[in-house]
Amino acid sequence: MKMSEQTPVELRTTPHLHAPQDVVDIMRNVVFAILPIAAWSVWQFGLSALLLLVTVTTTCLLTERLFNATAQQPNTLGDYSAVITGLLLALTLPPAFPLWMGVVAAFVAMALGKVMFGGLGMNVFNPALVGRAFVQAAFPVAITTWTPALFEGRFTQLSPSTLTAPFMIPPSVSEWNASVAIDAFTGATPLALQKFEHISTPTMDLMLGNVAGSSGETSALIILACGLYLAFRNMLDWRIPFFIMLGTVVTSGVLYLLDPNTNPDPLFMLFSGGLMLGAWFMATDMVGSPVTPLGVMIYGLFIGIVTVVIRVYGGLSEGVMYAILLANAATPLIDQYTKPRVFGEVKPARVNKS
Amino acid sequence: MGLFSLFRKNTFSHGIHPPIYKSQTSQVPIRRLPFPRKLVLPLGQHFGAPSEAIVHKGQEVVRGQPIARATGEMSVPIHAPASGIIKGIELVLTSRGFKEAAIIIEPYEASTQEVLWTEYSDPELMDRDQLLEAIKNTGLVGLGGAAFPAHFKKSVSFDKKVDTLIVNGSECEPFLTCDHRMMLEHPACLVRGIRFAMKATDTYKAIIGIEDNKMDAVHLLEQHLKGVDDITVKAVETKYPQGSEKMLIKSLLGREVPAGGLPADVGVIVNNVHTLTSLGRLIPSGEGLTERVITISGPGVKNPGNYWVPIGTTIGFIMNQVGHDGDIHEFIMGGPMMGPAVSSLDTPITKGCSGLLVLNEPLIQQESKKIWPCIKCGRCVQACPMHLNPSQLGLLAAAAEYEEMAENYSLKHCFECGCCSYVCPSNIPLVQYFRIAKAINREKAA
Repeated sequence: MKMSEQTPVELRTTPHLHAPQDVVDIMRNVVFAILPIAAWSVWQFGLSALLLLVTVTTTCLLTERLFNATAQQPNTLGDYSAVITGLLLALTLPPAFPLWMGVVAAFVAMALGKVMFGGLGMNVFNPALVGRAFVQAAFPVAITTWTPALFEGRFTQLSPSTLTAPFMIPPSVSEWNASVAIDAFTGATPLALQKFEHISTPTMDLMLGNVAGSSGETSALIILACGLYLAFRNMLDWRIPFFIMLGTVVTSGVLYLLDPNTNPDPLFMLFSGGLMLGAWFMATDMVGSPVTPLGVMIYGLFIGIVTVVIRVYGGLSEGVMYAILLANAATPLIDQYTKPRVFGEVKPARVNKS
Repeated sequence: MGLFSLFRKNTFSHGIHPPIYKSQTSQVPIRRLPFPRKLVLPLGQHFGAPSEAIVHKGQEVVRGQPIARATGEMSVPIHAPASGIIKGIELVLTSRGFKEAAIIIEPYEASTQEVLWTEYSDPELMDRDQLLEAIKNTGLVGLGGAAFPAHFKKSVSFDKKVDTLIVNGSECEPFLTCDHRMMLEHPACLVRGIRFAMKATDTYKAIIGIEDNKMDAVHLLEQHLKGVDDITVKAVETKYPQGSEKMLIKSLLGREVPAGGLPADVGVIVNNVHTLTSLGRLIPSGEGLTERVITISGPGVKNPGNYWVPIGTTIGFIMNQVGHDGDIHEFIMGGPMMGPAVSSLDTPITKGCSGLLVLNEPLIQQESKKIWPCIKCGRCVQACPMHLNPSQLGLLAAAAEYEEMAENYSLKHCFECGCCSYVCPSNIPLVQYFRIAKAINREKAA
């Protein structure tokens, strides 16, 4: 051993081994998993959806960078979390959503949903859903204006509402929709059709996404495949979507058995609306979900049950977003009351009373 | 999340599966290192009160002669690992990270280094108390790493009803293979040691628990114990930290040691394979513990393997003997999960040290060494073998809420196995946080 050439040895604390995955690795893979869903939404809804995706994601990145700069903090764009928020937010918006409203949603998502709480890891709510909830309240008409899927000229023409001038009310798109749609387009999502007009949609259409809806939540099959990829790579907690789906199926199953005429069947509940996207990509946001085994179960079942309750008894046709936001809010409490039993302890650890 | 681990037998819940890195050394027979020019013997090599030196500078000692005596029940004597001359009692830097008093011996170069000092008495004629006294006189401590005085562990069973002796051959730390080689090469000594331990603890059965990546050892011992029904061999799942006492008891017997309790509370005494093999060798000959086997391994080591080394050999001497290529990045005493990194080539091998790892570069190149904020992924919660919530503990530690950690999140039950830090995708040094928190709480309590 030639001591003269030896550089100083490093003194690190144990353990000296580390599992290969780190935060950036996980985040990057989540982006990879979302991309097929985004691609499918562009294939379905064409240019409008593409523009929306790009605009919203870019705004999210710029917002994060802006707050980094004003707070004189290091650049945090490299962790991919802003990209994820942007992509997910765009996928929950209607394809022909006016771009300027998309910018508002993205800004709110990052500023109120994430930066205000202290950035990555500190946010209470899923940032994308905070943005979505804001525009749902601010622009109730625009956010329920849908575009037919897979229409002929989707790669050559934009929906008239997409390029609405900032702070202007978007023009009515019903005529344009009717002109491009192959079949008679009702302008309603399967959930709205079911709820308000009692027309059910074939499950096959729900699986493939040949229905009206938000850009990225229409094809249950693709979402499932992408979610399973993450679950197999241990980058997503499979228990959360499992318990959400269980909660949904059981609750809607009970309601369906009680009254099969007015209440939809569990399969429809499972594959319609934003449930799949919410269950696999929103509720599983690590930051806002519990860490204890029992807590994860409660969290998942809570979202599933509340979603069905809102869908069946609430004024809205869709309830996934609010269910997840409510569950996010309850997460710290759930974690505190579901402390696992410490190895060798007879009673569970005393619950903090303060 | 191990969906299938629920259905596996002979294991505990949670834990991790790090790469094992054992093939470099597990097939090579144990060799012997020569005696160094200088031996450094810290007085506090074991868990408990440090020993007290009974030699003075300039005194001649022979191999096996006691050079320090036990100070109380939780203490053991130290024996001279080589015949030579006492150069002094000095403060030296040890693997514990601070300076401790140590006896320095300069071995005689011309000596044949035979053990010249024994206190023989027939183990067959000893009663239990005499056997415990004899165990104490060997200076034996837990050679698996904790260095808990062997006789004390066994004397605990006086007040508790202990029925089973568990022989810990799981060796769950990556890289280390010294226990594995011990089982393969000295099964007779091991069985003799088990008999002594069973007599000393008054237990009527013994189970040897071995991780299932060492099936050769399982088969060999089964062969060796044919026709014996009070000593059984059981394979347990290869999973870190299987070698932790509490985990191994859970895996083998399904019993949970009460939080804050001892294995004796559930009727079990756990001893490491190397400890019992040494016991089986030392008691019949009346010798003291003067040497042990350590695994010397790592990417750049020219002659990796298991070696008999005299206690007190310094890292520098070992490195000169086994040879090394390239720049050394890190020295680790013990396994990579719990072994401390050391900075000095004068650091001695102590009784509790089971290995020396020499790393050229960090074992797993992370994309970034940056510490990210906790994203509450919950991997640590699923890894913690004590079922704590390291994520929450980490956040509390960052906020300096040390009392809250102890009161509501059972900080004291953390045994610093490192599973949480291992899995953390944010690279948060959780174990270090907990160590600091515990130290601060101890200081506050004092």
